[in-house]
Amino acid sequence: MTNFSSAADDSSNYDLPQFETRLRRARLGLGVGVVGIVMVFVSFASAYVVRQGLPTLDPRTNTLVHDWFPLPLPWLLFFNTGVLLISSLTMELARREVARNIPPARVVSIPAVSAVQERTIFWLAFTLLLGLAFLRGQWVVWRELAASGFYVATFPSSSFVYLLTGMHGLHLLGGVLALLVAASASLLPGPVESRVVVVDVTGWYWHFMALLWVCILCLLTLVR
Amino acid sequence: MATGEFAAHEAHAHAAPQGFIRKWVFSLDHKVIGLQYYFLALTAVFVGMFLSLLMRIHLIWPGMSLPFFGEIKPEVYLSLLTMHGTIMVFFVLTTAPQGGFGNYFLPIQIGAADMAFPVINMLSFWVTFLAYIVMLSAFFVTGGAPLHGWTGYPPLSALPSAGPGQGLGADLWVISIALFCIGALMSALNFITTTLDMRARGMSLMRMPLTCWAWFITAILGLLAFGVLLAAGILLLLDRNAGTSFFVPLVTVNGQLAGHKGGSPLLWQHLFWFFGHPEVYIAILPAMGLCSQLVSVFSRKPIFGYRAMVYAMLSIGLMGFMVWGHHMFMSGMSPYSAFAFSVMTMAIGVPSAIKTFNWLGTLWGGRIRFSSPMLFALGFVSLFVSGGISGPFLAQPTLDIYLHETYFVIGHFHLIMGVASIFGIFAATYYWFPKMFGRMMNESLARWHFWFSLVGTYCIFMPMHYYGMAAGLRRYSQSTEVAYIHNLLPLQKFITFAAFITIAGQFIFLFNLFWSMKFGKKASDNPWEATTLEWTTATPPPHDNFAGRTPVINNGPYEYGVPGAPRDYVMQTEPLTVATH
Repeated sequence: MTNFSSAADDSSNYDLPQFETRLRRARLGLGVGVVGIVMVFVSFASAYVVRQGLPTLDPRTNTLVHDWFPLPLPWLLFFNTGVLLISSLTMELARREVARNIPPARVVSIPAVSAVQERTIFWLAFTLLLGLAFLRGQWVVWRELAASGFYVATFPSSSFVYLLTGMHGLHLLGGVLALLVAASASLLPGPVESRVVVVDVTGWYWHFMALLWVCILCLLTLVR
Repeated sequence: MATGEFAAHEAHAHAAPQGFIRKWVFSLDHKVIGLQYYFLALTAVFVGMFLSLLMRIHLIWPGMSLPFFGEIKPEVYLSLLTMHGTIMVFFVLTTAPQGGFGNYFLPIQIGAADMAFPVINMLSFWVTFLAYIVMLSAFFVTGGAPLHGWTGYPPLSALPSAGPGQGLGADLWVISIALFCIGALMSALNFITTTLDMRARGMSLMRMPLTCWAWFITAILGLLAFGVLLAAGILLLLDRNAGTSFFVPLVTVNGQLAGHKGGSPLLWQHLFWFFGHPEVYIAILPAMGLCSQLVSVFSRKPIFGYRAMVYAMLSIGLMGFMVWGHHMFMSGMSPYSAFAFSVMTMAIGVPSAIKTFNWLGTLWGGRIRFSSPMLFALGFVSLFVSGGISGPFLAQPTLDIYLHETYFVIGHFHLIMGVASIFGIFAATYYWFPKMFGRMMNESLARWHFWFSLVGTYCIFMPMHYYGMAAGLRRYSQSTEVAYIHNLLPLQKFITFAAFITIAGQFIFLFNLFWSMKFGKKASDNPWEATTLEWTTATPPPHDNFAGRTPVINNGPYEYGVPGAPRDYVMQTEPLTVATH
């Protein structure tokens, strides 16, 4: 009476998911996760704007004064931005390259994936190096700020610079780990489909990290 | 049969685990993870209840020496209050309905083999468990648990020197909340992806049971809200430990400048309540979905206004993000802002009323079966209305200024958010216990439990409204020092005795739960004659939920009393051979 189909004649759910299904599901999951991360940074950004406009009491004069001083941002921050944007480009090359081993008929419906010669591991390694260079660069920015006398608690603006760069760096570190997983998947024997899914999702996350950093930099430089 | 076995193994993203550790501890199976969440919440609710009992005893016998705590000082009372609220809101009301029952039944009800990302699902539970342990550990560190209430308002929460529990205890509190947020975000990711991408063939969105809609909308709220609380928690940790001034203004503690300046406690309030108000719906929406389900099943009628129910839940979820300011009427906000928040808050009454009338419309003319799940579902409706009716009072700034610091607020939110959600958890337990454990719970004990709980709840929380209207102040550890409050002591005594009896009644539930697992009557696959997918599979469900088969959905979830059908219900998987509603 009840209506069931066996696993053999219905692959929508109970088969090992088809490649397209796995890719779609992974991308959807990433998209949902990105919304959660965006909410964290939107909260920081709104706190930044609110805190910037708040007056504070000066106990010496007993008057309300503004304690927000724009922080002089090191130029290295912009160089780091360039590094991250280039890494986003190399990641995109890796993402497109990895689809080579998938028969064209199976990838034809996937946007932005085409069949070309595999050089994935090269581009992944390049991206990884650039990502680490970015993180190293951000660390040097912190050192420069500290050398200039700007610590986490010196000014509210310095608090936010450390906070936003630190939180972004932490999330990018997650991307570095994902890159390592993607590189391992590309080196080790295993289903090609799994490799494509891992590299694809890592790629989109990496692009999001680059976009997020550009937004943070705009906030720090334009809303001072 | 080789083909069958092959299908069963391929059906699932991971094979059925064999060892105890993989099967019951670090399990990837959504059903086991659901049970883990459920039993975590069960221990948490008894801890939370015990703390409330200590508070109630202290309120009427302030000088009494209590086990473990001795004579309760005001600061200890505040720490009990803080931990009671935090544990109940996060580790019970957020954990059991969504993490527990949602994890167990969402995949089954949409015809999936598991959650979309089983590893993330497992991680989300263990991060939540870690958060719970960190939270409890605050009791055992120097200074004890924090005093700042479950809302953690700075400057109190941001200054380690502000009180005995504000040192390491408060750090642990913030870290626990941050961990909980991470777990909740991972959980939300899974719920949303699973609902959108893993529904069986024929399971359109508008054929999903209302429970699934509720879990789905709750997950969206969680995704948008917990990120904000996480950000606020990080800022608070920095204020506490790195000397920043996000939330702390120029302030002195014991005559000494605290070393901060320029921060805004109101900034915390905005961030916290942007999370905090949706959190109310995170707690209650799953209960709403379940209540809709049960009212239909046990009235043997289709739910009245299925689409209206869906749109009402969506509206409640959306509007829940626009009303956080009503928690801050006392903060000196602009009257224009207060007016906007007030109007929007009262507007939430519209979808809430739609839901209530639809529940009543479903009951009307039904052949009602007063089984234990139905009793608790009706109890939920009763509490939702009783607690909700005081909402419009508090939504008006002029009234709220008088009532805000009184027990009126305590009575209001315990009825509508606390106990109503708990009734949803009880209803879900009695309803799904046969599917989860293969046995029925004892019905007589369940009825005793229901009447103890319903009558007890009203005896505890209705008098609080009157106590509040008489200006009985909340958060005060004693009412003996102020004459006009002291005159209300008999009311406090009545509430405490009611709490004794109600809490005693909960042990009936606890006994029934564990006794029935072992000795309950064997359950059939579909003891309630319900239509949704969990009742089409074996009891308890196999590892891949449907033993290698894929359900194909032909009907909506509430086909009861179908004219011309051989039975008074049509399963969702049955071919549609008769006229439907």
